[in-house]
Amino acid sequence: MASTENEILEGLAEIVNEETGVATEDVKLDKSFTDDLDIDSISMMTIVVNAEEKFDVRIPDEEVKNLVTVGDAVKYIEGAQS
Amino acid sequence: MSLPRSRVAVTGLGTVNPLGGDVRTSWDNALAGVSTARTLNNDWKEQYGLSVDFACQVGIDPLEHLARPEAKKLDPSGQYSLIAAREAWSDAGTPEVDGDRLAVVVGTGIGGLWTTLDQWDIVRDKGARRVNPFTVPMLMANSSSAHIEIEIGARAGAHTPVSACASGAEAVALGFDMIRQGRADVVVVGGTEACVHPLPLAGFANLRALSKRVDDPEHASRPYDTDRDGFVLGEGAAILVLESEEHAKARGARVYGYVAGRGMASDAHHISAPSTEGQARAIRESVADAGVEAADVVHVNAHGTSTPLGDIGELEAVSQALNGVTDQLVVTSTKSMTGHLLGGAGALESVFSVLAAHHRVVPPTINIENLDPETPLRIAQGETAELPSGDIAVLNNAFGFGGHDVAVLFTNA
Repeated sequence: MASTENEILEGLAEIVNEETGVATEDVKLDKSFTDDLDIDSISMMTIVVNAEEKFDVRIPDEEVKNLVTVGDAVKYIEGAQS
Repeated sequence: MSLPRSRVAVTGLGTVNPLGGDVRTSWDNALAGVSTARTLNNDWKEQYGLSVDFACQVGIDPLEHLARPEAKKLDPSGQYSLIAAREAWSDAGTPEVDGDRLAVVVGTGIGGLWTTLDQWDIVRDKGARRVNPFTVPMLMANSSSAHIEIEIGARAGAHTPVSACASGAEAVALGFDMIRQGRADVVVVGGTEACVHPLPLAGFANLRALSKRVDDPEHASRPYDTDRDGFVLGEGAAILVLESEEHAKARGARVYGYVAGRGMASDAHHISAPSTEGQARAIRESVADAGVEAADVVHVNAHGTSTPLGDIGELEAVSQALNGVTDQLVVTSTKSMTGHLLGGAGALESVFSVLAAHHRVVPPTINIENLDPETPLRIAQGETAELPSGDIAVLNNAFGFGGHDVAVLFTNA
C-alpha cells in the first residue's frame, strides 16, 4: 500500500537515525544528505537498502546519486510506490 | 635475533569479559572466584542439536557503551575491543602522543564471525541487494586494530596477529618488540573474540575440545581437577597500553608493572595437539629475554584450558623451563572463571598477570574438587594466594592451535 509523503518522511527519518545517529527532527525535506546531514556514501547505501525494504520499492544505484536532498528521496519513493 | 634488553611500562588496562565490563569489576570477581559459565538462554540445542549448550558470555550490553550507529558498524568482537580500548586509553590518562610514535597491535583468533554468518544468511535468504555495505570492514580480522588505530590517531602501524588462542599474548609480545625496536613510544595491545555461536560450539564439540558437563556448567571449567573434560567457550576483549619507560616517566604516568621479556616459538608438530617441548622453549626464551632468574618467577597465569592432556603438559613445560626452581611458584588458571576467550585469552590473562604482580595476589583456580595427582606445581586451589614482596616476575602463557607458543614475562613496578 502506498504511503503518504509524511509517512515516507517519518519512516526515512527513522532509518537515517538508526544508521547514522542524526536526530529524526533534523531529517527535513530540504536537507542535503551529504552537506547538511554529513552522511557518507556507504552510510547512504545502508539507508537506501533499508528504505527499499521498508517501503517495498527498488532504488537503482544510478538513481542514488540524484537523491541529493531528503525531499528527493521522499519524492522518488512516493513515485516508485504508485 | 635478540632485541635490546629493556622493560616496557604497562600504563593502562581495559577489558570486557564474562567477569565484568571493566577492569575493576573483573578483578574483584576474579579474586572472589566467580564462575561465569551458564546454560545458553536460547533454543540452539533444540534447533541445531548442539551437544554443548553452555558458555561464558559477556554480561554487558555494548549498546549501553557505544552510540547506536557506531555499534551497528562493528562486529561484536569489534564492539568489545573498542569498549576495552577506550577504558584502557582513559585509564592511561588519555596521553598526548605524537601519532607517528603511536601504534596498535590487537589480535583475534577468528575475527568477525557473527557478521560473516549473519550476512551469509541475508544473501542466501533475501538476496545480495540486502547485504550490509559495511560487511567487509566489519568481518575482517583487522577490524579491531583498525578501529582503535583510527580512534586514537595511531600512525606508526596497526597490526593484527592471528594465531588462534595465542593471538592476544602474541599482540602483547609484538607490541613490546615494537617499542624495543624503536618503532613506537606507545603501543595499544590486546586481543578480542566473540564467537559464542552455534558453529564454533559445534566445531569445538566435535573436535572433543569442549567440556560436556551440560548438567552442571558452572563447574565445567576445572583445570587441574581429575575430572576435567575440556574447555568452556568464553568471549570478550582485553587491552593494555604499553609505553617506553622514558615516555611513561616523562609524562608522570602511573605504572602498573612492566613487560620484561617474551618468548615466541612454534612447534612444527601438529595442527591441534600441544607440544610441551615448544612451550618450554617459549617460556625459557621469555625468562632469558627478561634477564631474570628462575627463582624470580613466582606466579604463572597458565594457559590451563581444563583439557585432560594440555593442563599437565603445560606445567611440565614450566617446570622444565625453570629448571625445576619452582619452590615459590604459584600457578592459577583464570579460565576456570572466564572460560576460554580464544584470541582474547592471552590479553585478558596478561591483564590479570599485571594486576597480580601489582597487588601481589593471585586469583584462585576454582572448581577443583580433586586435584590431579600428576600436577607438578602448586596451584592457587580455590582461594587467592599472596605473592612475596620485593622484585618479582609473573609469567603468562598462551598457546594456539597450529603450535603457536607465546610466553610473556611481567615484573612489578
